[in-house]
Amino acid sequence: MQEHSPSVATALPKLPKSPTGIEGLDEITEGGLPQGRPTLICGSAGCGKTLMGIEFLVRGIQNYNEPGVLMAFEETASELAANVASLGFDLPDLQAQKMLRVDHVHVDRSEIEETGEYDLEGLFIRLGHAIDSIGAKRVVLDTIEALFSGFPNQGVLRSEIRRLFRWLKDKGVTTIITAERGDGTLTRQGLEEYVSDCVILLDNRVIDQITTRRLRIVKYRGSTHGTNEYPYLITEDGISVLPVTSLQLDHPVSDNIMSSGVPALDEMFGRRGFYQGSSVLITGTAGTAKTTLAASFAEKVCQQGQRCLLFAFEEAPQQLLRNMKSVNIDLASHVASGLLRIEASRPTINGLEQHLVTLHRLVKEFRPDAIVIDPITNLVSVGNTAEVRSMLTRLIDFLKVSGITALFTALVSGRGQHEMTDEGVSSLVDTWVSVRDLEGIGERNRGLSILKSRGMAHSNQVREFVVTEHGIKLLDVVVGPIGIVTGASRLTQQLQEQAQTLAAQQETDRRDRELERRRRVLEANIANLRTEFESVEEELRQINTEAQNRQETLTSGNLRIGAANPPRRDTPAPDEKV
Amino acid sequence: MAEENDDETWELRLYVAGQTPKSVTALANLKKHCEQHLKGRYKIEVIDLLANPQLAEGDQILAIPTLVRKVPEPIRKIIGDLSNEERVLVGLDVRPLTRN
Repeated sequence: MQEHSPSVATALPKLPKSPTGIEGLDEITEGGLPQGRPTLICGSAGCGKTLMGIEFLVRGIQNYNEPGVLMAFEETASELAANVASLGFDLPDLQAQKMLRVDHVHVDRSEIEETGEYDLEGLFIRLGHAIDSIGAKRVVLDTIEALFSGFPNQGVLRSEIRRLFRWLKDKGVTTIITAERGDGTLTRQGLEEYVSDCVILLDNRVIDQITTRRLRIVKYRGSTHGTNEYPYLITEDGISVLPVTSLQLDHPVSDNIMSSGVPALDEMFGRRGFYQGSSVLITGTAGTAKTTLAASFAEKVCQQGQRCLLFAFEEAPQQLLRNMKSVNIDLASHVASGLLRIEASRPTINGLEQHLVTLHRLVKEFRPDAIVIDPITNLVSVGNTAEVRSMLTRLIDFLKVSGITALFTALVSGRGQHEMTDEGVSSLVDTWVSVRDLEGIGERNRGLSILKSRGMAHSNQVREFVVTEHGIKLLDVVVGPIGIVTGASRLTQQLQEQAQTLAAQQETDRRDRELERRRRVLEANIANLRTEFESVEEELRQINTEAQNRQETLTSGNLRIGAANPPRRDTPAPDEKV
Repeated sequence: MAEENDDETWELRLYVAGQTPKSVTALANLKKHCEQHLKGRYKIEVIDLLANPQLAEGDQILAIPTLVRKVPEPIRKIIGDLSNEERVLVGLDVRPLTRN
């Protein structure tokens, strides 16, 4: 019997499944373990096989009201109860409520003498009695392979085990059988031959000294299932399987704005801050005040009476508080008031998945409005890039679904325009602020720019900022001959500009004066010319007058002469002669 | 040791599940061995687990049939139809009467 194709599975009634109640496992198995059938859980020592079995029973009782039987071949009932008590599973109480039956099967070769034909009917009777006495729907056999050490006759044992599984199926109980992983085979005794409905493989791998547990569904007859290896954890609340594939992108979004804590930075965003529930990434090289920016944000969140959770992977809380106090970011009072919670740990203390679970747990516990992780890059020391990326994807999804604003800092290596973070989370975040050092001649300055901000306009400028004892200050933009200038060049530029302005002013004044002078010269010239003209005019007038006088005198003289001597025809007129 | 054993009454318990051939054989074999080696010093209790399944847990019974030697201490278990006399005697720690 092969697995059904998905179309058949949806068209036909689905295989009835028993939800395990184990976080994440039901998602991967698409509903749980096959109901009424045995499931084999195999893995090497320390994988949590027994725990998974017990959790299956306990969750079945607590969440689905399905009584369960635990047949333990290795540990006694009291040992098991003590082992899982730390997870909040109260086995004695469940036993008292007649919801759980724990039957410890003690198998000791030295006590048993074989003297002829036998079968394991006693085991069947015990199990049957346990199931019937509480009406159990779930059974866990942990670890049935122990029988192999107790009974020398393998032939009998194998046929009896085969009969047992058949019998369990007929009884309609959902069974988990745990088995130790063998060398090259799934189980040491080849139990997978008998259990073929569902096989789950647990794996405990140490890579770079860090352990990650992984789970894989090897087969699941009659159902589709997730085929990947999924990391899982044993937490304080039991087993938690983390599906690598994230949730759907259908979380609600908020239109509210959260301030970055630096007023001038807010100004650079079209809506004066980050959207609530968005994720913000601050990348930068070493010493570019990423932590300070993150702390400013945390302080602002707390000042508004909201709760903030800060994960410090680099500094101890006390050191962080002291350092931030030096730039007038008072986190201590918020810690005291309970609005701020700082969780400091070395990234290497846990595997990535453990970090993720810690985060989940704290978020559920503390219910923060904002969360700061400083820095996410340190997690790379725990896993490889793909793992970190997958973890961060899930983290960001989780925070978004919870409507928590997240601010991450990330250290980028190298100088210059490194716009790819190592983790490749840039595509996951909504807002990306880059801080970098702008190293000029003999000095380093800090520049801040917004690389992206989904859903709002933002400034395109690289703003220089300084960390003062009053916090972070963004400086005004100064544009030099080749662009925006910073630091000493900025001062030089400012001085130069002042000098230039002054010079220009003086130049203008000088030109004004020159003009005035010219005007005055011109006016003087005009006056001169006028005077000259007047004198010429006067002279000419005088000449004219004189000439006129003379003419008149002459005319009158001629008249007088004419009167005394009548004019002769042959003599020309006197005026013609003149 | 032998003296102590001789004084005591042996309490033997045979676990069976119904009247299966194996169970019947086992009981017959047991009676035969006891008559032969422990005459007058033994008590046999037959427990049918089909009737009293809750009793299986107490003596850690898995295989059927199982013979449990309750007294003398320590408890010993013998599984199978008890057809191999020598092994039954070894298992019960009874020395054959013939040698006694």
